Amino acid sequence: MKKRFYVLLLILVMIVSFGLTGCSSPATEKTEAPSDDAAKTTETTDTAPAPAKEKVLIFARSGDSVSLDPSNATDGESFYVARNVLDTLVDYAEDSTAIIPALATSWETKNEEGTIWEFHLRKGVKFHDGTDFNADAVVFNFDRWMNEDNEYRFDGENFEYWGYMFGGYPGIVKSVTAVDENTVDVELNTPNAPFISNLAMPSFAISSPTAIKKYKGDIFKNPVGTGPFKFVEWLKDDKIVLEKNENYWGEGPKLDKLIFRSIPDNSARLLELQAGTIDMMTGVSPDDAQIIKDDPNLQLYLRPSMNVGYLAMNMMKKPFDDVRVRQALNYAVDKDSIIKAFYGGLAEPAKNPIPPSLWGYNDDITAYEYNPEKAKALLAEAGYPDGFKTTLWAMPVARPYMPQPKEIATALQQQFAAIGVDAEIVTMDWATYLAKGENGEHDTYLLGWTGDNGDPDNFMYVLLDKDNANVGSAGNVAFYKSEAVHKLLIEAQQESDQAKRAELYKQAQVIIHNDAPWVPLVHSTPPIAAKKSVKNYVPHPTGGESIFWKVDIDNN
Amino acid sequence: MGHTILKRILLVIPVLIGVSILAFSILHLIPGDPARVILGERATHDAVIMLQEKLGLNRPLYIQYFSFMKNVLSGDLGTSIITNESVTTELFTAFAATLELTVLSMIIAVVVGILAGTIAAVKQFSVFDNVSMVGALAGVSMPIFWLGLLMIWLFAYKWGIFPASGRLAVSFDIPRVTNVMLIDTLLAGNFAAFKDAIMHLIMPAFALATIPMAIIARMTRSSMLEVMRQDYIRTARAKGLSEKVVIFKHAIKNAFLPIVTVIGLQIGLLLGGAVMTETVFSYPGLGRKLYLSIMARDYPMVQGGILIVAFFFVFVNLIVDISYMFIDPRISLD
Repeated sequence: MKKRFYVLLLILVMIVSFGLTGCSSPATEKTEAPSDDAAKTTETTDTAPAPAKEKVLIFARSGDSVSLDPSNATDGESFYVARNVLDTLVDYAEDSTAIIPALATSWETKNEEGTIWEFHLRKGVKFHDGTDFNADAVVFNFDRWMNEDNEYRFDGENFEYWGYMFGGYPGIVKSVTAVDENTVDVELNTPNAPFISNLAMPSFAISSPTAIKKYKGDIFKNPVGTGPFKFVEWLKDDKIVLEKNENYWGEGPKLDKLIFRSIPDNSARLLELQAGTIDMMTGVSPDDAQIIKDDPNLQLYLRPSMNVGYLAMNMMKKPFDDVRVRQALNYAVDKDSIIKAFYGGLAEPAKNPIPPSLWGYNDDITAYEYNPEKAKALLAEAGYPDGFKTTLWAMPVARPYMPQPKEIATALQQQFAAIGVDAEIVTMDWATYLAKGENGEHDTYLLGWTGDNGDPDNFMYVLLDKDNANVGSAGNVAFYKSEAVHKLLIEAQQESDQAKRAELYKQAQVIIHNDAPWVPLVHSTPPIAAKKSVKNYVPHPTGGESIFWKVDIDNN
Repeated sequence: MGHTILKRILLVIPVLIGVSILAFSILHLIPGDPARVILGERATHDAVIMLQEKLGLNRPLYIQYFSFMKNVLSGDLGTSIITNESVTTELFTAFAATLELTVLSMIIAVVVGILAGTIAAVKQFSVFDNVSMVGALAGVSMPIFWLGLLMIWLFAYKWGIFPASGRLAVSFDIPRVTNVMLIDTLLAGNFAAFKDAIMHLIMPAFALATIPMAIIARMTRSSMLEVMRQDYIRTARAKGLSEKVVIFKHAIKNAFLPIVTVIGLQIGLLLGGAVMTETVFSYPGLGRKLYLSIMARDYPMVQGGILIVAFFFVFVNLIVDISYMFIDPRISLD
């Protein structure tokens, strides 16, 4: 009995010591600064050129993708990868939300009302599995998204974003027809100006019909598109590997391989970047931004903002029905100090409900400056010379537009106290917080929004139109019901000329600014860190780079 | 004896039923409707209703429980509401990774803990005794997330000895047969990958082993000191037996009972430590999966995970209880 125990013990000790001593070579090559040219000169005598080193870029983020079929995904990590494998009909420009051709080379409305859109497709494009990209493939994909009886909708596939953006299934789309091999007509029930912007979203990327028929419910693990990179393998919670698509219709990618890894811990991820085992990372804590700026081997990119964090004032409740009170609170907030303290400077102060990266942003508006005296005067004018008591609701979870909601709420509380407003901070679990917000149980309420499609409608209509101010299901948690704004927003939805639309949105922003239903706080600019060897990387406001084919890495 | 063991095994069934009810109710008592948590600030009223229907959350609780149990008994833990994958497949894949990590951790903890504790007891008040006990105190007190980051900073970033995260370098392409990396790499006959897998395991395994190692060391020491004071040890020494024989033949065996209990408990607790360790070292195992699933309110995944962990815990306890009878025949389990 005990003899056996000792023998076992001995074996264990041996195994462990083997593990410790049996491999003392470093597992990862630390990337040195390219200085050892001396070693390379010995090869110059060779007549045959050495094969070029494979260019691999390892991109790390905090979480794994959920699905690689973007039409069935709702999370950013899924879109981020899928964008590189699949193309959409139209795409975003390199660094803005302006629309450029992709799988469709041109498009126009065919009728007076602007309800029939005709798309001319790019010719000679093939999916990664060799299937031809053509009008039938487009129709096949549209039908799968919008038609609930489609036979290629498998268990657990809901096409959420189709429902969100196009109002259900089939929603605003009446029909999609192949006119000929390279022309598709999409007929809408009503004119819908954001329609084209929406089609640039990764959710509406075109998959190979052959692959959908072949993989059925497992298509989310086997994406097949026309994009610059082909899918190779996906190990859950570990890595996703893509490789260069040699037959890409656009400019071929510079990288041979693109690998996405999930590393949940922010600090651990940064250490890997510093150690050189990964090339790029997202999810940099504001505190770490300075470390990256100071590191000679690293560079820091700031993603143009596509979000807004705000404090909504419930206009159904006193004293917030009085515009002077709402303006007073706007004058009471010192946004710069909040950005310095809680965003590590990685955000810009907000004056409008939409971020500056969106077309239609009204830069002529003068922000309410930080002016407690003016705030007090306005309160006195409104009949509150000694201020008032209220509640300040703060969410319990960090959001992209608000990394530290409770701390931000505390700062706001202090700034309001300076003008005599005594705000009690209220917080609860995230789900209840959202439900009570829709019911309008709050006085003032912190929330934010991240845009989907780069269209102002996606912010202003959702968050500030009277259509969305119904108690019990409000997206407009200020319960702001301006007829003038409503009229402008609806008109903008039905106008297909973008310049005219931008004008309408600019007018709406003026009214919103004067009515002050919110204290717009910040637009955060999420940082991305990379090695200095990474070239041509341009962060996109939507949070997903559509031009990864441009990115290069200098791995000498 | 066989009869006793059988009885002990049958006792596992009501325990597991209790656990399943507990897992189910705890989850449903957590405030916050998962549909809203999943949708976040985009939770429009219609979207919430739709998702609730899809998840079957609008049915009465007891009906939800019974349908869950019915599936469990047929070996089906349901489908993840986040990933739409089979919970059974996902959890067992992750569990294999965690098992590999925890077994290695336990080996380190048991070997080092028992050796250190025994030496500390035999050479009481020596330098070794003091140093190892201070070390044990530090080991128990140091939070894994901090220790883990410290290790990554030192061994991965500063010295580049060990890789900082994951299970295998991205350059290797190993077919996952068992998802126990050390076995899979050997099956593939790729020795370089096997070595790389070991290198990836060492840091998380040590980080995870610190707490049980410290506890086992302290338990061994006090248990050994207790035994060393017994009359039979004095008798053994009086007989003129060498100190080695006294310690290894007479003392350790009798000191072993409380140590086994502690080891059993620690194995269960390791799964808790694995949550932290796996998160810091981005090790794709069960602990990290459970943590993320709770955060995402992935009910089926969490329920399945808790069941698997509970089953594992109960099973380990069973082994510990049965091993008592072998260590000390006077103990019966009645």
